[in-house]
Amino acid sequence: MPIAEPTIEPAVDSNEDYLWTLNFGPQHPATHTTLRLVLKLDGERVVDAVPDIGFLHSGFEKEGEHLNYNQYVTITDRMNYISPVANNVAWHGAVEKLLGIQITPRCTYIRTIVAELARISDHLLATGAMGLDVGAFTFFLYAFYQREVIYDIFETLCGQRFHPSLTRVGGLAYDFTPLVIEKIRTFIKTFPQTLDDMERLLNRNRIFVDRTKGVGILSKERATNMSATGPIARASGVTRDLRKDEPYLAYADFDFNVCCATAGDCFARYYLRMAEMRESLRILEQAIENIPAGPVNIGLDERKTLPSKAQVYQTIEGTITHFEMVMTNRGFEVPSEETYGAIESPNGELGFYVAGDGSDVAYRARCRPPSYIHFALFPELIRGHTLSDVVAVLGSLNIIAAELDR
Amino acid sequence: MTSDTSATLEALKACCGEIPTSEFRGDTRVAVTKDKLLEAMRLLKESRGFDLLVDVTCVDYLNYRDAENRFGLVYLLASTATNERLTVRVYLNEPDLTVSSMYPLWAGADWLERETFDMFGIVFDGHPDLRRILMPDEFTAFPLRKDYPLQGRGERHNFQRITRTEA
Repeated sequence: MPIAEPTIEPAVDSNEDYLWTLNFGPQHPATHTTLRLVLKLDGERVVDAVPDIGFLHSGFEKEGEHLNYNQYVTITDRMNYISPVANNVAWHGAVEKLLGIQITPRCTYIRTIVAELARISDHLLATGAMGLDVGAFTFFLYAFYQREVIYDIFETLCGQRFHPSLTRVGGLAYDFTPLVIEKIRTFIKTFPQTLDDMERLLNRNRIFVDRTKGVGILSKERATNMSATGPIARASGVTRDLRKDEPYLAYADFDFNVCCATAGDCFARYYLRMAEMRESLRILEQAIENIPAGPVNIGLDERKTLPSKAQVYQTIEGTITHFEMVMTNRGFEVPSEETYGAIESPNGELGFYVAGDGSDVAYRARCRPPSYIHFALFPELIRGHTLSDVVAVLGSLNIIAAELDR
Repeated sequence: MTSDTSATLEALKACCGEIPTSEFRGDTRVAVTKDKLLEAMRLLKESRGFDLLVDVTCVDYLNYRDAENRFGLVYLLASTATNERLTVRVYLNEPDLTVSSMYPLWAGADWLERETFDMFGIVFDGHPDLRRILMPDEFTAFPLRKDYPLQGRGERHNFQRITRTEA
């Protein structure tokens, strides 16, 4: 049911004391992470919402100025921990842009595949948790079962389920093994079935549609003006997708569509994420059968990646390169320049503004966090709706507080 | 990926006079003076189609080799129609760390500028609600400045603690 335009103006003076204030969070099951909202309510209508954030602020950007380009990848894992590999790919994409490294074709394909797996995993959580919050518990279980499968793939790949820290400057920490490829193939075969089930559960579900359609409408102009990107902007009709607009990694090789919706409400954001998962599957299908052979890391001559243990112990070049790389006063040369590299992360444009100063530690490692930018939209999306819509809007924006506060 | 920005640079020159321009790995960067900033940004948004303010951030050049200025404010702009990107930089020096806010042009600047203020102490003139956003309100320092140590200066011990009976 579409809800009428919000007509209540935010309270400005004290004679509107019939309004009462509700503290939502920081510890609340529907915030999923730690964020606080101060809601001003008129009965059940939300008159105004004031977000209060910073509870999880742990100085990730300051850490970036003290850890070297390879070490910092472990911190990026902890930003958007729902799709950590996408952060790894974004971070080292930006660093490699600064260093001017051209990664190998095999590496671009593997990075593309893991980034798309991360997108599916992120969208499963975003839609699943949104379903859970508005009462669709079964849907959530379907989504989480498949997330486990993706976690298993990452565990097979690099021994870590939650924080893979997969990428390195100029390559990857681990190459694909036949077992990983087999697991991804199995996932590609079995996942469409679950996706169909999930869509059948919610797409025409009366309760879900009533609670999400017409709620939290964001117009196209407003989305761009508020710097929204990714699924949030595309659900409002902005046709921007960096995978198509600025093809990075191997995206130019694949046939896929950019999904868009025009309604801009919570249902459109849910529907768009479901559609994007199908497109990600198409990319995966094409990529997994066409992984180029060859090395996954760039050559030793460039002195940018750590050589493999076999190279270190069996060749003199490998030994020398290893020592050159790990000694504190050596490392690799970095230009005294600044650059911005971005990828289309599951949540929107995730970019890193990296300033190099010649050493192997970034002088400044700024992260452009999509969650932070999207959470700024929250007050205007919720005004005029009811208290129970807060969780629907929050779920549809997919706010990850670790990335929000960094 | 690299888009042609020459027309944009021409328009900027016509508006603000000669501006330092540089290019690195396909990123075009321009440096404008802070009194010309609002004018230049309005031109970029209204006649060059840069409708997306991607990010606002800052770099503190305190320990940077051969740096002439203390702070470099960075605006990353993009156009959703042409996918053109442009980096606009403004250099600031103490004691005057005030610069006009981009809030009238892009509402998305709201939280981005608040974060820059919170972390670096850059004051955005014309911002509707310039408060700390990530750090607590009673925090006194600007943690991303280079003269602020990694492990803090002990502000944490001075935080006001509210007991259950006082709350």
